[in-house]
Amino acid sequence: MKKTTALALILAMCLTLTGCGGGTGGSNGEKREVNVCSWGEYIDENLIYQFEEETGIKVNYSTAESNEALYSLLSMGGADYDVVVPSDYMISQLIEEGLLAELNYENIPNFSQIDDRFKNLSYDPENKYTVPYTWGTLGIIYNSTMVNGPITSWSAMFDPAYSNNVLMIRNSRDALGIALIYLGYSVNTTDEAEIREAFQLLSDAKNNGVYQGFFMDETFLKMEGGNAAICSYYAGDFLTMLDNNPDLAYVVPKEGANWFVDAMCVLKNAQHKEEAEAWINFLASNEASMANMDYIGYASPNTKVLEEYPAYYEETYGEPLDQGRYEIMAAPKEVLDTCEAYLVLPAETRALYNDLWTELGI
Amino acid sequence: MKRKLSLFAIPYVIWMAIFVVAPVILVVLYAFSSKHGFTLDNFARMGTYAVVFGRSFKLALIATVVCLAIGYPVSCMMSREGPRFQRIAMVLIMLPMWMNFLLRTYSWMAILENNGLLNQLFQKIGLIDLWNQLFGTNLTFFPMMNTQGAVVLGMVYNYLPFMILPIYSVIIKLDPSLLEAARDLGADSVNVFRRVILPLSLPGVLSGVTMVFVPSVSTFAISTMLGGGTRILLGDLIEQQFTGGAYNPYLGAAIALVMMVIVVLCMWVMNHFGEGEEQAVML
Repeated sequence: MKKTTALALILAMCLTLTGCGGGTGGSNGEKREVNVCSWGEYIDENLIYQFEEETGIKVNYSTAESNEALYSLLSMGGADYDVVVPSDYMISQLIEEGLLAELNYENIPNFSQIDDRFKNLSYDPENKYTVPYTWGTLGIIYNSTMVNGPITSWSAMFDPAYSNNVLMIRNSRDALGIALIYLGYSVNTTDEAEIREAFQLLSDAKNNGVYQGFFMDETFLKMEGGNAAICSYYAGDFLTMLDNNPDLAYVVPKEGANWFVDAMCVLKNAQHKEEAEAWINFLASNEASMANMDYIGYASPNTKVLEEYPAYYEETYGEPLDQGRYEIMAAPKEVLDTCEAYLVLPAETRALYNDLWTELGI
Repeated sequence: MKRKLSLFAIPYVIWMAIFVVAPVILVVLYAFSSKHGFTLDNFARMGTYAVVFGRSFKLALIATVVCLAIGYPVSCMMSREGPRFQRIAMVLIMLPMWMNFLLRTYSWMAILENNGLLNQLFQKIGLIDLWNQLFGTNLTFFPMMNTQGAVVLGMVYNYLPFMILPIYSVIIKLDPSLLEAARDLGADSVNVFRRVILPLSLPGVLSGVTMVFVPSVSTFAISTMLGGGTRILLGDLIEQQFTGGAYNPYLGAAIALVMMVIVVLCMWVMNHFGEGEEQAVML
């Protein structure tokens, strides 16, 4: 008995040890590998195995909580990632600070499959650094059994009527962005008075007890379990939650919202650039992009995949894809026209965001 | 002989130098600098965070007192039982520590939520209806999640073993003949406890208090997960400076340094209460 316990313990320890060791790849040529850092629940994991089998390149996959957390990891210099998948505004910041490598698009032929409207966007105007991964909107998710009538406005996020029933998103850019949109300002404003007004709105709502708390990944559990009525979160994640709680609904409020593109980039000090480009090319392919769109619920930037997804859905699930569901994933043009993308903010505005964000938690 | 023994301490000295002394020096260096060199600005901003300091020390103190109130009687009782019982009890106390604390805290979320396991149980057995009738309220659940109470619960749950173990290991080693002697000399059981067991177990209590209070003050994640993150603690504040929206390792180091100084002061004062007794094992 004692021996088996000891054996189990040793086994468990070995597992944790190898688990920890996985992230730190050596640079010797024999073992091909690529270190990827992405977001939680943001890939169909079968794709990782498929890629490893096809190419023999080992994928060390890890996740960060938010763009800001990823940025800290990169600027502390402790991480040795090859591929990261930041959002638009963070990409501009990384380019600005010279942290990204220019891609060799000859190694990424599948880039040609990306729809033209997702190329040469403001974060990478000449498209030298990025290959879009997904895109979507940040809207309101609500539990239709816990609110009075459908929600149509961001005002719900600040409304004392929903006291202790709202989850605010836990990252400064999105939280302040929501308040700015509700106030009718640009999400990219650098006017300190406007940003402070947005902060005041959040702070008052917090002091009025509107928020249960500030959450990121915990939001899934809370909304699925009916523990909160309203939250602001990403469209793709809404579909995951909807599978576990059919009472949930998603809306892009009438004031508009943020729309974002997350794109794959290679870091300048990447030790496995070739492998990184192979990985990016693999994920940009029609098959991988389709599987991903279906699994994670975020829209693909690939023209063909966007067109063919309804047919793929019908074939896979034996029922036609609901148009509403499709439009939540891939927002139609008239919705996107009301939305604004984040641009990189100047350093002093970022510092203001940081100070206000810390103050909000005190 | 003495010199020979000190040779064996070399690995530990090296370990301390690399993993304790060097990091502390780094923290101090960072705390007194900014991107542009030496500065005291980081400390000038400390006043803004006084509320967070106050909240963290208050919650840590409550958690420590609760741990002591639960842990001391348990240790006493355990030490009086047979060896078989003691072994089983020890395993049960250690068992939760074999699982990752984030997972355990996630489970508490599922238990304490408005729609969680506990509230569903209370609903089923009619406790909530009873409460509503008694107090004229109109609750559909007991709000337990996202409160400071939940944060204290998380701390107590996570750190209780660190209170029980040192107290238990001191009490179990008490010489039974001392207790016999006290009784022979006419002390009743209250007096045996008050004048013999309690003073002799103080070193265990002191190290238990240290081992619960220190990690409680600097705890993070528990307060965002169970407390909602709208009223952050010191650990979260420091973490935010490193990994959150605000990347400012200099300020983070300064906050950590102030916290360390306060904690060391607290421990120093506390150890003076126990003066004359054996000194508590610090750190």
